[in-house]
Amino acid sequence: MKKFLSIAAAAALAVALSASGAAAKVKACWIYVGPVGDFGYSYQHDQGRLEVEKALGDQVETAFVENVPEGPDTERALERLAREGCNITFATSFGFMDAAVKVAKKFPDLKFEHATGYKSAENLAIYNARFYEGRYVIGQIAAKLSKTGVAGYIVSFPIPEVVMGINAFMLGAQTVNPDFKIKIIWVNSWYDPGKEADAAKVLFSQGADIIVQHTDSTAPLQVAQEQGKLGFGQSSDMIKFAPKSQLTAIVDDWGPYYVRRVKEVIDGTWKTQSTWEGMKEGLVVLSPFTNMPDDVAKMAAETAEKIKSGELHPFTGPITRQDGTVVGEAGKPLPDTDLLSMNWYVKGVDDKLPQ
Amino acid sequence: MQLLFERRPERSRGLMLLSPVIALLLTALVGAVIFALRGLDPLHALYVYFIEPLTTLWSVEQLLVKAAPLVLIGAGLSIAYIANVWNIGAEGQFTIGAVFGGMLPVLFPDFQSPLVLPLMLIMGLLGGMICGFIPAFLKNRFAANEILTSLMLVYVAGLLLDWLVRGPWRDPHGFNFPKTVTFSGWQMLPTIGTTVHIGVVIALVTALALAFLLDRTIKGFEIRVLGSAPRAGIFAGFSRPRMVMFAFLLSGGLAGLAGICEVASTVGQLQPTISPGYGFTAIIVAFLGRLNPIGVIVSGLILALSYMGGESAQVALGISDKIAKVFQGILLFFILACDTFILYRPRVVSRRAAPELAPAE
Amino acid sequence: MDILQALILTVITAATPLLLAGVGEAVVERAGVLNLGVEGMMVMGAVSGFGAAYVTGSPYLGVVASILAGTGLALLFAILTQTFLANQVASGLALTLLGLGLSGLIGEAFVGLPGTKVEKLVFPALSDIPFIGRILFAQDLIVYLSFLLTAVVSYVLFRTRLGLVVRAIGNNHDSAHALGYGVIAIRYLCILFGGACAGLAGGYLSLAYTPQWIENMTAGRGWIALALVVFASWLPWRVAVGAYLFGAVTILGFFVQGMGWGIPSQFLSSLPYIVTIIALVIISASRTISRAAAPACLGRSFVPDR
Repeated sequence: MKKFLSIAAAAALAVALSASGAAAKVKACWIYVGPVGDFGYSYQHDQGRLEVEKALGDQVETAFVENVPEGPDTERALERLAREGCNITFATSFGFMDAAVKVAKKFPDLKFEHATGYKSAENLAIYNARFYEGRYVIGQIAAKLSKTGVAGYIVSFPIPEVVMGINAFMLGAQTVNPDFKIKIIWVNSWYDPGKEADAAKVLFSQGADIIVQHTDSTAPLQVAQEQGKLGFGQSSDMIKFAPKSQLTAIVDDWGPYYVRRVKEVIDGTWKTQSTWEGMKEGLVVLSPFTNMPDDVAKMAAETAEKIKSGELHPFTGPITRQDGTVVGEAGKPLPDTDLLSMNWYVKGVDDKLPQ
Repeated sequence: MQLLFERRPERSRGLMLLSPVIALLLTALVGAVIFALRGLDPLHALYVYFIEPLTTLWSVEQLLVKAAPLVLIGAGLSIAYIANVWNIGAEGQFTIGAVFGGMLPVLFPDFQSPLVLPLMLIMGLLGGMICGFIPAFLKNRFAANEILTSLMLVYVAGLLLDWLVRGPWRDPHGFNFPKTVTFSGWQMLPTIGTTVHIGVVIALVTALALAFLLDRTIKGFEIRVLGSAPRAGIFAGFSRPRMVMFAFLLSGGLAGLAGICEVASTVGQLQPTISPGYGFTAIIVAFLGRLNPIGVIVSGLILALSYMGGESAQVALGISDKIAKVFQGILLFFILACDTFILYRPRVVSRRAAPELAPAE
Repeated sequence: MDILQALILTVITAATPLLLAGVGEAVVERAGVLNLGVEGMMVMGAVSGFGAAYVTGSPYLGVVASILAGTGLALLFAILTQTFLANQVASGLALTLLGLGLSGLIGEAFVGLPGTKVEKLVFPALSDIPFIGRILFAQDLIVYLSFLLTAVVSYVLFRTRLGLVVRAIGNNHDSAHALGYGVIAIRYLCILFGGACAGLAGGYLSLAYTPQWIENMTAGRGWIALALVVFASWLPWRVAVGAYLFGAVTILGFFVQGMGWGIPSQFLSSLPYIVTIIALVIISASRTISRAAAPACLGRSFVPDR
């Protein structure tokens, strides 16, 4: 009872304040599937949160819950945040989707956003980043710099986002070297540095000389550095860990998006929508090109510019799939819905996807 | 000078009630220090951690829902541990139970009738029993240590679930994401109110039933004797291999039941992660409950409270979830240490007084 | 040949933490104590080792710090189970919880920082021997320690009086006490030794295997080590066999994936666990391979009757 009264009192106060024109503090909250200290996916989302604090100062108050397992605990964590009065809550992992839908329904006056999912509602927006744009560019770089024509690709789980990444990488590589090959290892974990290091070592021993990853730790790059080979960073700029090996990194920069959306909540203009932005809007950033000859860097920068301006779309038809069929209209990019549920490889990839 | 504990002639009744209280107080003390070091008001922090989760109806409901699988699995494990059968694989049995039970809604999503749920629960029970059968069989037949076999199967079960939800059982309309179709209608556990599902009732009833089994039946006697005095048990005609099988089937089955209950309620579908480590936490719950099914009810609630408090503290106080884990560890330490006083009496012994026999050369 | 050598080196790296923690825990269990807190001690060793190396700039000081951290946590366990006679299973699990939380807390300051690696100590002439030269004589300090540890522990346990006493205590602590051996004191020592080994195993992870710190970077290796002790029938040499077998099957799984044959990765990932179970069954059922029984007093508290 006491709690209800105090919330009611706070709510009344907030209403009174906003009615009088004074801006009540907007509370923006986040839940992460991993620890903030993973220096990878969740870390980057938290960096975005910190940017919101910096940009919007005392107009906003933030909170977060980390290490929320995708399962029974998710709904409770979301509901708890809603009960604490979070005006907008960002659920940053795919597995939070159904819980987000349920909680959004329970609290129609609060706003929610879900990353990398596909279910939305009046008060539940969805957002995603076109990571595959970065993959296309690094595919080109890899094909240019690899002496063996084989790249090692370390991945976690076969979800569409990862498959998109592999395909975009391959398509980019094939523009430079049509016979480029990748060897794929699924480590079945988003981050276990030891396993990722093992996978990198095995791939190098099997003839790959460039390493690409869609897992979160810096271990594969460290192995590359040790063996004098090259690689790409993931989620964050990992140059500190492999100063001589990192060519570039695909950095998730959620800051601009978060600042924009929280500001909309403050201004009262927030509406549900489905956002899928990429390099153009600054959500996907390639860290500075290092350890490569100037002409390769120039080519990569040009490709990135073309993608940013919309001139080039990595998944422009016609694309030949692994099974030989052709998809996409000539000259037109594949529709977003096809990309979001991608479950096939392009021709040239030697691996099988679970059906 | 040496601190020794010597056995009391009988359990100290007073301390049985007092020790958890002392443990909580000690934990609160250490917790207050930790919070103060972090710059928080210790009293407020302790309130958020221990009391606040009990102040709102929603929070209490969540507490019951979180405690239910812990109690269900823990009660089964306590029976197994009394019998000295070390089932460490409850997490895997939980998973396989969820897989078996989930088979019906996934393969026959249109099967809607009052029959579905009981069938799902029975299948879940069966799944857990099958997973528990393997270590028991290997132990009886090959004397293979059950700690290792049951633990290894946890990983295998997890990978099996992963393969199923990414491949054959993937929701065809799920944008190729790793999840099955959502369960609906008769396939979900009914709820009392909006949150508390009958899994809570199942857990409570099971714990009570097991307590009855242990205390009032020949089977219970058999379990206790084979655990504490195996040779006497053999003379009484009880069979150790049969007990191993019984213990694994019971605890495995109950873990499987907990699995399908979780999946048919809060999660609502099969996906790669369906348990935040219930099977392992339940081991702690079993021991904290002093291997007594009624005690397990209490310890399950306490542990669930500590989880709730940890989450609440993260949001309300802004402390990281690592402090919550440290807190839990400290709580457990103090409870274990204070429990000692129930069975043992402390004595400070001076070294000179204790006669040492010279080792025979 | 090169591929084989590279793979063997990878296997050694993967197996070393399991070996170190496993041999330490084998000693503890031989003395009759079941310490399930290996994961907690390992992760504390990892964060302490990394932290000390980062702050001082010397990875060797990091090694020392990791050993001390593991020993420290083990001391808590020893007090709880040997002096306070608390249940060993619950105490070990509490230790794991504490270790995971505490390490995460301490490690907050070290996230995202590149670490200093323990260098390889290369024996000049020996390491030039074709093939095995690099494998046996060009490793880092901790790997050499792991080889040495296995040999020394095996020798002490089975060829010295101290080892005899330890095993006697593990098999029948009442008789050992009657003979005048300090049961509790020796168990304390063994627990601390086990903690030191687990701490070193953790230090290897953050100082050599993948020089960095991430929360929970042990990723369940402590539990595998525990299982391996059982698998090895509490014999140190067999712990080594188990550790290398487990590591080899894991690496082999990756190798097969890299070949692109399309075998489901979950199946390959589950192989190390399945192979371990099968190997254990074979050993347990065999009449020829000696099968040491568990120390009879494993997990039971010792209460001296005075």
